[in-house]
Amino acid sequence: MNKLDPQGIPHTTPRQSATFTHDINSDIRRAAATGIYDIRGGGAKRKVPSFDDLLFLGASISRYPLEGYREKCETTVTIGGLNAENPIELDIPITIAGMSFGALSGPAKEALGRGASAAGTSTTTGDGGMTPEERGHSSKLVYQYLPSRYGMNPNDLRKADAIEIVVGQGAKPGGGGMLLGQKISDRVAEMRNLPKGIDQRSACRHPDWTGPDDLEIKILELRELTGWKVPIYVKVAGARPYYDTTLAIKAGADAVVLDGMQGGTAATQDVFIEHVGQPTLAIVRPAVQALQDLGMHRKVQLILSGGIRSGADVAKAMALGADAVAIGTAALIALGDNDPKWETEYNALGTTAGAYDDWHEGQDPAGITTQDPDLMARFDPVEGGRRLRNYLKVMTLEAQTIARACGKNHLHNLEPEDLVALTMEAAAMAQVPLAGTNWYPGKSGNSF
Amino acid sequence: MQKIDLSETGLRAMNKMLHGQSEHTNQTTWEIVNPKGSHAIACGLDAPIEVTVKGSTGYYCAGMNQQATVNIHGSAGPGTGENIMSGKIVIEGDASQYLGATGHGGMIVVKGNASSRCGISMKGVNIVVQGNVGHMSAFMGQSGNLVVCGDAGDALGDSCYEARFFIRGEVKSLGADCEKKEMREEHLALLQQLLDEAGIDADPTEFTRYGSARTLYNFDVDNAGAY
Repeated sequence: MNKLDPQGIPHTTPRQSATFTHDINSDIRRAAATGIYDIRGGGAKRKVPSFDDLLFLGASISRYPLEGYREKCETTVTIGGLNAENPIELDIPITIAGMSFGALSGPAKEALGRGASAAGTSTTTGDGGMTPEERGHSSKLVYQYLPSRYGMNPNDLRKADAIEIVVGQGAKPGGGGMLLGQKISDRVAEMRNLPKGIDQRSACRHPDWTGPDDLEIKILELRELTGWKVPIYVKVAGARPYYDTTLAIKAGADAVVLDGMQGGTAATQDVFIEHVGQPTLAIVRPAVQALQDLGMHRKVQLILSGGIRSGADVAKAMALGADAVAIGTAALIALGDNDPKWETEYNALGTTAGAYDDWHEGQDPAGITTQDPDLMARFDPVEGGRRLRNYLKVMTLEAQTIARACGKNHLHNLEPEDLVALTMEAAAMAQVPLAGTNWYPGKSGNSF
Repeated sequence: MQKIDLSETGLRAMNKMLHGQSEHTNQTTWEIVNPKGSHAIACGLDAPIEVTVKGSTGYYCAGMNQQATVNIHGSAGPGTGENIMSGKIVIEGDASQYLGATGHGGMIVVKGNASSRCGISMKGVNIVVQGNVGHMSAFMGQSGNLVVCGDAGDALGDSCYEARFFIRGEVKSLGADCEKKEMREEHLALLQQLLDEAGIDADPTEFTRYGSARTLYNFDVDNAGAY
């Protein structure tokens, strides 16, 4: 009920600005108090059109389903068969994305290797080089070749099952890494050849090549160094997916890893995460179009990442033309990151379970994104590996369930025709019909 | 001496032959003729062998070198000796951009000039250039030594960490957080040792040392203008 002023005139209801929201105002107050932009981990938190805006149609009279628990629905994928003597053979099309030792603890990296290996898939190093525990526990390990070249050495390169040349990542297309002083332990400092305790700003560009013509020569060098044995991936942020995919193929990549803006980072500016790049839903079709235009779809593999959480996301990515997906943030949650059991400690850090993203500060109560020995000791890599394996298995079962319902005996047989969109935006981005119509924005020859 | 005509053997077969040399090979001397500016010549070597390329090379010659000595009797293309771990590369002519990028160890000697971004992100390599180096040399250099007997271009040592730069001639400009340093006895001794190892006759006292002012090691809003 409105109050009355002494003259008996009613007050209007206090009205919050849609422009200056509580969140925005807190950003302004924080900036004014510190003079430093906000740095955090994770991917875009804003709501963007996503795979949630797509639905599968399932079977009907025109298509008949496969029997669950009876009829086989294959999940295998081969990556890098185009040029490599030893392509990567995976049991499931869900891989673990690159996350650095440094950003993550050694035991957390070990758990990623254990879980991925038990589920029959690959894991990936990160900005900081390859650790023995990670190599030892990963049956298939992809070695990231990053602009910083921290910990880069040819011996590790030759131990890798594939090499991923990182050009960019979805959380920060055009940005380099950031590992702040709090997390630079003796071991991290030694691996990166930098003094302990300083802020490490990884380069955003490779130091010895620029552009697609140089990239072609860089790929040649890496192939010569590794005897043409292992696949070479090129990872790009979802900035200009049609052109970047085209140029990566032209340069000779065996696989293209494409990362949308929901994809996480260990640490970067919040303004970068939320305002640069494109949603994962929007980038897959242009990349597939580039592959098809060059006659390379299914020959050069497309690995999609950025906010993949469930078997439904996996199935939707594959229906739109991806060969496999990669998960990062979801894998950390499976390990125990942001678990409500640490709520009291999250509260003490001024946050709450699910919202904790100050991974760069090294105080992770779950002991995953830290180098603090006491916090690290809370995390059991064997149990973490078991949890990740379970999660990967569930995602696979979910994707198979959907594929069978669509009458597909392999996840790769899912197709755009199996999908409809719930919103105009999603219809336009995924180039599948708006539900209840045979039309999507931009489609020629049809009217609404 | 083993002799390979690259125009006949081809890159893959040649590199495979060189990679096949073990720690204890008795075939320690190799000569490559007709390189014709090819890329990735003798990259990824890991044996105590000496390879001499008779002519100019393209990108990434002797990339990621370990143990081997690679002599280039000509000029060298971009990224020569990138990420070198150990061993030695000697370029008789000029070197293009990104020489020794991210090199972790070993030595690179250039008898001529080196282009821009020489020693970019160097992580322990020693680079000795008899002539001049181009702009942005040793950008983000982490450790190791860059010795230049001639002049350095713009923005030397920009955003460098603990790498040391010894310049005999003029420095057109210093990069962010790079400053002139005192040349103490230990630096004169180190420089003499590097020059001796490179086989270059120069007087260490004629050089000036530069390195990180260390003001950008941890973020401070008052330094925002430097970025």
